[in-house]
Amino acid sequence: MDVGFCLRSEAAGAMRTALMSAENLQLTLKAEPSQEERALTHTKRGPEETHKAGNEDLKEMLESNKESLKLEAMKRVVGLIAKGKNASELFPAVVKNVASKNIELKKLVYVYLVRYAEEQQDLALLSISTFQRALKEPNQFIRASALRVLSSIRVPIIVPIMMLAIKEAAADMSPYVRKTSAHAIQKLYSLDPDQKEQLIEVIEKLLKDKSTLVAGSVVVAFEEVCPDRIDLIHKNYRKLCNLLVDVEEWGQVVIISMLTRYARTQFTSPWKEGASFEENNEKAFYASDSEEKSERTEAEAYVMDPDHRLLLRNTKPLLQSRNTAVVMSVAQLYWHLAPRHEVNLVTKSLVRLLRSHREVQYIVLQNIATMSIQRKGMFEPYMKSFYVRSTDATHIKTLKLEILTNLANEANISTILREFQTYVKSQDKAFAAATIQAIGRCATNISEVTDTCLNGLVLLLSNRDETVVAESVVVIKKLLQTQPTQHSEIIKHMAKLFDNITVSMARASILWLMGEYCDRVPKIAPDVLRKMAKSFTAEEDIVKLQTVNLAAKLYLTNSKQTKLLTQYILNLGKYDQSYDIRDRTRFIRQLIVPNEKSGALNKYARRILLAPKPAPVLESAFKDRDRYQLGTLSHSLNSKASGYQELSDWPAVAPDQSVRNVEVVEPVRARSSQRFSLSGPASSSESEEQSSEESDKTSSDSGKSSSGSEETSSGSDSQQKKKKKTKKAPQKKSKTAAASRCYLFLRGKMVADVYSRASFQVTAPSFGPVKTYELLHHMTGKGLSAKYHFPRQPCLHQPGMVAVQVTLSNGSDRSLEEIHVGDRSPASLNIHCFNTIERLEPEASVTVSMGIDFSDSTQAANFQLCTKEDGFSVSIQPAVGELLMPSSLSEQDFSREQGKLLGMNETSATVAMATANASSQAVKQRVLSVANVGEVPSGAPSISRRDVPPGPLVMKTLSSVLTTGSCRPSPRAPFIRDDGKRSRAET
Amino acid sequence: MIHSLFLINHSGDIFLEKHWKSVISRSVCDYFFEAKEKAAEPENVAPVLQTPHHYLITIYRGKLFFLSVVQTEAPPLFVIEFLHRVADIFQDYFGECSESVIKDNVVTVYELLEEMLDNGFPLATESNVLKEMIRPPTILRSVVNTLTGTWSNVGDTLPTGQLSNIPWRRAGVKYTNNEAYFDVIEEIDAIVDKSGTTVCAEIQGVIEACVRLTGMPDLTLSFMNPRLLDDVSFHPCVRFKRWESERALSFIPPDGNFTLMNYHVSSQNLVALPVYVKQSISFFDSGPCGRLDITVGPKQTMGKTVEALMVTIHMPKAVLSANLTATQGSYTYDLATKVLVWDIGKLNPQKLPNLKGSLSLQAGAPKPEDNPSLNIDLKIQQMAISGLKVSRLEMFGEKYKPFKGVKYLTKAGKFQVRT
Repeated sequence: MDVGFCLRSEAAGAMRTALMSAENLQLTLKAEPSQEERALTHTKRGPEETHKAGNEDLKEMLESNKESLKLEAMKRVVGLIAKGKNASELFPAVVKNVASKNIELKKLVYVYLVRYAEEQQDLALLSISTFQRALKEPNQFIRASALRVLSSIRVPIIVPIMMLAIKEAAADMSPYVRKTSAHAIQKLYSLDPDQKEQLIEVIEKLLKDKSTLVAGSVVVAFEEVCPDRIDLIHKNYRKLCNLLVDVEEWGQVVIISMLTRYARTQFTSPWKEGASFEENNEKAFYASDSEEKSERTEAEAYVMDPDHRLLLRNTKPLLQSRNTAVVMSVAQLYWHLAPRHEVNLVTKSLVRLLRSHREVQYIVLQNIATMSIQRKGMFEPYMKSFYVRSTDATHIKTLKLEILTNLANEANISTILREFQTYVKSQDKAFAAATIQAIGRCATNISEVTDTCLNGLVLLLSNRDETVVAESVVVIKKLLQTQPTQHSEIIKHMAKLFDNITVSMARASILWLMGEYCDRVPKIAPDVLRKMAKSFTAEEDIVKLQTVNLAAKLYLTNSKQTKLLTQYILNLGKYDQSYDIRDRTRFIRQLIVPNEKSGALNKYARRILLAPKPAPVLESAFKDRDRYQLGTLSHSLNSKASGYQELSDWPAVAPDQSVRNVEVVEPVRARSSQRFSLSGPASSSESEEQSSEESDKTSSDSGKSSSGSEETSSGSDSQQKKKKKTKKAPQKKSKTAAASRCYLFLRGKMVADVYSRASFQVTAPSFGPVKTYELLHHMTGKGLSAKYHFPRQPCLHQPGMVAVQVTLSNGSDRSLEEIHVGDRSPASLNIHCFNTIERLEPEASVTVSMGIDFSDSTQAANFQLCTKEDGFSVSIQPAVGELLMPSSLSEQDFSREQGKLLGMNETSATVAMATANASSQAVKQRVLSVANVGEVPSGAPSISRRDVPPGPLVMKTLSSVLTTGSCRPSPRAPFIRDDGKRSRAET
Repeated sequence: MIHSLFLINHSGDIFLEKHWKSVISRSVCDYFFEAKEKAAEPENVAPVLQTPHHYLITIYRGKLFFLSVVQTEAPPLFVIEFLHRVADIFQDYFGECSESVIKDNVVTVYELLEEMLDNGFPLATESNVLKEMIRPPTILRSVVNTLTGTWSNVGDTLPTGQLSNIPWRRAGVKYTNNEAYFDVIEEIDAIVDKSGTTVCAEIQGVIEACVRLTGMPDLTLSFMNPRLLDDVSFHPCVRFKRWESERALSFIPPDGNFTLMNYHVSSQNLVALPVYVKQSISFFDSGPCGRLDITVGPKQTMGKTVEALMVTIHMPKAVLSANLTATQGSYTYDLATKVLVWDIGKLNPQKLPNLKGSLSLQAGAPKPEDNPSLNIDLKIQQMAISGLKVSRLEMFGEKYKPFKGVKYLTKAGKFQVRT
């Protein structure tokens, strides 16, 4: 519909442009052969000249004035990039368009830049300023994409710019931009690993982010940059667990695998109980699904850390995810972390994944194969899901076979063997061979069926397919080794088959059998050797080696018949082409044929060659795979991939649990418990609002302080708790505290922090004019009048409060009694009242001090001022400036803190001032009149005293007001109006 | 995580490459080609390969290889799932996922890939989020584009879905006709052995939805017999808590087509196979020939007709040609792939379809050891074989009355008869 409209409205234009595009078309036509040429020259790595000429037209188009031509050219350039052709010489022409207004053109230029910037570093720098500008755009999408491209340009020279951009973006209001910054961290790290320390700081900050959008990406950054800094996770562990269900699916995968690693270092093993206990638990588990019960059963032996339980509980619903990677990662989490009896939970979901794409099946089957070795019971009920279909790919078939073999036990072996019988007949010969090996494994593992299997395998010896026969021979050889006594018949049978078997491995196996059990087939063995002597030269190496072997063994046991044969074979071997065989021949000759040089070994030849040999153990190929974390690339390849993080063993004693304590967990927890249900029929507009609110909140939180939740809780006990905690973990905390708190120092409430951390001292207020406000006029107050002012002193009653001094005077002719503060609104308002004034004589006045907690807002505090007879509603509305608290900072500290407050925390404006007011004193006066701030001593005389000291201070106040989200009346407004001269507020 | 992506066609040409980090030479694919050479069928190439410096994770879909290069440890399923998601998005955008279509839309493809990953980590994989950023090509737009060349198919604002906690739905959806359709599709996976006994049989189902509703509707879909469902997986929109407590699907749907849930019917319920197959395939020792006789009949169809019945047989290599007569439908024998396909169509219970005749073998070749197995395809409309029934669909949050519909369909999944 839309399109139709646009068409009509643009019809006229379209007609006009049609002509033009006809030209374009010609151009394209002309370009076509040259493009082909370029393709050719490229594959042949032809001289530069030819494709330079070929790209000439593209260059022309890019440099034209017409947007459409440029776009067309860029599309073709992207086409070249996609094909892997070199388009780097167009760089200068392309980079000019980076600031284009046309979004699509711009995006294509971005694609180009990211591809070639590494090769053309100098030219790439031309584009940087565009991105820097875009980083300040109000549109979050543009900010994010600018950061994406800026950080993707792998030019080392811009590392500082990237660093700055990342830091700014990490404090951005938009969670999407913050997510992008988390991605940028990894890019910067791979470009310049020296930035690690600074990047870790950003990661630390982003880890505290409460947005589900950011969580996944920052964990990826964490895993890439500092996977060993487990300590950064402690405080965020519960939050991550709780947010997990709402994180986007890809983020879930990385968070889960990171938390698996974390849990293995922080909790004790839930597996300590023995096998008998396990069964108990299993019953309890099936009786009720609730964790409490199963936990109770375990209680005597082991108590699970509630955080450990939290992780298990919160990941469980993700088993129902449609994303197979998520399901797999939960499965591996349960495998590595859950008590044994709970691991079964994941079986069903894993089996479900087998219906997904072939590649998914492959990975899942690999993991099931590893699991099924250790825990048969887990997958036994689903045995039929692993039955092979003729349409499966070979690697899927072999994996299924592997699992079926692992699952085989006395009870189900007959079913499995019947199934195997059909597989042996498969047209896929590689698979048939694998089946025979599987049968061999079943036969050795389950002694009841050894004979049946052996008979079955012997039947296969008459199979028409060579690979099947050969594989059977090899497997029979292994089986016979385990119990050779009663099977001379089979050996004879195999000797008969020998002539027809051409597969060398099988021939070698038969020869070995003959030699090993030559005493059981005394007549046949020499005959076989005779045949081998005839065909020796035409055999494969492995067969030759076994022939030499057989000859030696026969020589020792039956030298009468075979002496000559043996010598003949040893002579042939002596002149063989392969040195392995020559070597072996020489060794055997010395060993068995006694001569003067052979020495002592000769006596032991019989014991050396005919020693009883241990039977081979037929094991699963997946036996040792469990050393890798399930679901990882390393597990899939069965070799350690680069960057693989070992899963540590459980600690014997759990590390301190309290490190994960965060004061206010409740709201987070409550919310998340509702969240996965997405709070029922809550209309989505609501939920969106909520999310935007949240994002606001989080951004303000992250800007405000390291642990925003701590701050918002007021009251003395939380204060105390906090102090307690700082004592507990002083080292870890102090650093973050210092780093993040220093820009809170201006706020009334934050004064507490400043006191307790003592990193910044609140200074005495700079002296300024004190403004007095009227609280109650004596006419309305029936004689009682009240005035108040802000003394700009730290409140003595409670650090979070703002001190207010109220002067009460009695204007009537009688004395007033019992003056006190009555009802207040809002009810939650925290006021420290003055003591009731028993009696106020006429014409007398008294000054009392109060403390009011304005909760960092300019909302008025309403309360009643009561006398014995009457009550008068009064209200105190603070100016923003009064909510602040000055602190002393050196200039260096100041500028450092200022650096942290860039981006959205920063407001800069140019102020015009009259010359008269331009003196530093005047400016200072005015600033002080509106805000309770301090002056930073400026040491540098070169900086004009006039602007500098107050300027940044105002900026400072502004920024901190913004961070806490109440930015109503700007103290700068009157300031601007008064003055008339230009001065930069920003230095 | 994901470093680069190469798209490779059936014959082994790399026709598209995209790098999310620094450029990796396409020679890395040589290791893959080597593995591909070794494997007889493209399906048999191992999905995960190790090379000296990189790891290659490949999926094969629609005769294309999606080969991704990974440099460090990353969950392989993560990459595989993502690659399939890419293929799904291509399918969604262009209607099919083939070499020619990708080549025709190379710019859109590139823009999509750019948005889907940032530094190798997925950024936007929800189809409706992507569609707000990069508009799918339509005929009309391509006409306008060729005429004016100015139509931008790239959006400049952040898609609303990206920020909300329901990223699958965009804000401000409007329709004149509000409709919600649900297709309950069940597939029977079964293996039947020579004698006709069922070795294993399972039913899994999927509920495909097509929802075109204005605004932000909140839907609740409930079943008559939810106990049938043994194991389920949901689209992220479904509220798991509601499912756990009430066994009802409560969700704010994505706009358009999507898969609401996948389920598996509990294995306790015996699966009633809708058809039986009587077959005899034999090869003679005496001469280079064999005999084939297949009859298909209805078993438990609950009064519905079996449609689109098809039998596929992968013959042994030695079978040269087939000389058969079908009482119903037609058969083809592909000499190159040795696949016999018998397309029966509708199953008539009165007159059972039969395919009979002789097979000629390559002279001199040994008689095939084993008999090929038959793969059965079928469809039954208006029935879910498990008996699952949707009881009702309720809508909250919006005032209008939507048009609702539920359709049932049973299909054969991997239905195999061994001979």
